[in-house]
Amino acid sequence: MDDKQNIIEVKNLTRKFGDLVAVNDVSFAVKKGEVFAFLGPNGAGKTTTIKMLTTLLQPTHGQVFLDGHNVTENPTMTRKSFGIVFQDPSLDNELTAYENLQFHAILYGLPKEVYTERIEKLLSLVELKDRRDSYVKTFSGGMKRRLEIARGLLHHPKVLFLDEPTIGLDPQTRNLMWNYIYNLNKEEHVTIFFTTHHMEEVQRMAQKIAIIDHGKIIAHGTLDEIRTQAGTKDLEEAFIKLTGKEIRDEKSNFSKSTLRGFSKM
Amino acid sequence: MRTIYILWLRQLKRFIRKRASLVGALGQPLIFLIAFGFGLSPIFARAGAGNYIQFIAPGIIAMTVLFTSIFTGVEIIWDKQFGFLKETFVAPVSRFEILLGKTLGGATVAAIQGTLVFLITLLVGFRPVSLMMLPLAFLFLVIIAVLFSALGTAIAARLDDMQGFPLIINFVIQPLFYLSGALFPVQGLPKILDFITKINPLSYGIDGMRYALSGTSAFSPVLSLSVLLVVMVGIILIGMYQFSKIEL
Repeated sequence: MDDKQNIIEVKNLTRKFGDLVAVNDVSFAVKKGEVFAFLGPNGAGKTTTIKMLTTLLQPTHGQVFLDGHNVTENPTMTRKSFGIVFQDPSLDNELTAYENLQFHAILYGLPKEVYTERIEKLLSLVELKDRRDSYVKTFSGGMKRRLEIARGLLHHPKVLFLDEPTIGLDPQTRNLMWNYIYNLNKEEHVTIFFTTHHMEEVQRMAQKIAIIDHGKIIAHGTLDEIRTQAGTKDLEEAFIKLTGKEIRDEKSNFSKSTLRGFSKM
Repeated sequence: MRTIYILWLRQLKRFIRKRASLVGALGQPLIFLIAFGFGLSPIFARAGAGNYIQFIAPGIIAMTVLFTSIFTGVEIIWDKQFGFLKETFVAPVSRFEILLGKTLGGATVAAIQGTLVFLITLLVGFRPVSLMMLPLAFLFLVIIAVLFSALGTAIAARLDDMQGFPLIINFVIQPLFYLSGALFPVQGLPKILDFITKINPLSYGIDGMRYALSGTSAFSPVLSLSVLLVVMVGIILIGMYQFSKIEL
């Protein structure tokens, strides 16, 4: 029964937007305690897949099991099992760092004694303790990222989803962040599911890799297996060989609608 | 319950921290009171309809509640654009709780603004007929606040950006206000206007407040209360449906 070992199981997952098939019959599994890298060019279907794994989007077909829960049938239990750091920022800028974390803790039903202690601990861990009561709108991009990671961990999830967590961060912050995630995985056995465009992060962190392109998984395995499959020495070369050289258009709902909103103001 | 409470508290904190918009929102009712209240009162008195300030004050209070509640409901568009709604939607809580927390938060903010405007009307010479009736007036105020906060949320659930915002102002808020009986008595109107004011839920809210504050009314307060409650529940149900359809 190796099913018990799989904390995420994705079976024939498909999502259509009108005629566009964003995710096309995707199946894969992630083992408990694994660090799993989910790669692909812009617009390949990474974020759509993550949204389906995290109950934000209904699949057109197929099933997802997360920590044994059927994601579509039992969203509430699923939501308790994972934490997520979104690709786009998702903090309330008008609240303080502490208030953002407190909001999260209460939504996840943590008792006050538990969350006050955990918030203090997490804030020192991501080196934001002295900014506890500052408004998030005064934070730099890196500080916001760190706060979001702290928030994603506050309810002790079994799986942590990180959707391009290091986007726009300087090398120092990136390094600090991955060290922290590495320790979290080693010590707390949190399963890590992440996407990134930095192949050196994948080489350093990931035990398993899946590459998605045009909504389909085109490679799946360990770093060595992917390199062997592509016949290259380096993951970056393998990635380009497998997904082609053509440049993709980013299809992000956030940036488009925000730009439209701003142009109106 | 804690979910609803923390969502409510967030709205309130955001409101209190935006002092400039709090004060700014009091400007419009003040102008209305001075321009219409004083400007039209001689004609109103000559027409034998009594003191116009006494008549218009409940309408201006209701206007504030209407604007503030719809605006705070619509704030959910910002939550969508700035990603905060995603954080709320991946949490292990039902969307109904989220909707209720947001609606009650917006309603509380609107009720506070409405109360502030009530105090302003006192400054410009409005006198409630009876202190005993103030709780009833407040009840009407709260129901209007909840109803239109839910309406704002239900509308915002369908919109992805602020492009639709002028539409909301011109095709929802303005007609609701101007075609309600806030500024004129709803008796003896031309047929079309009579019909429109009677299907406008705000008319009943204003009439109820006018009954409690000024002692005159076109409908019975029981009718007004019943209409408002039915519409309120209906809009919350519609909002629930809209909310369940949001995909981020």
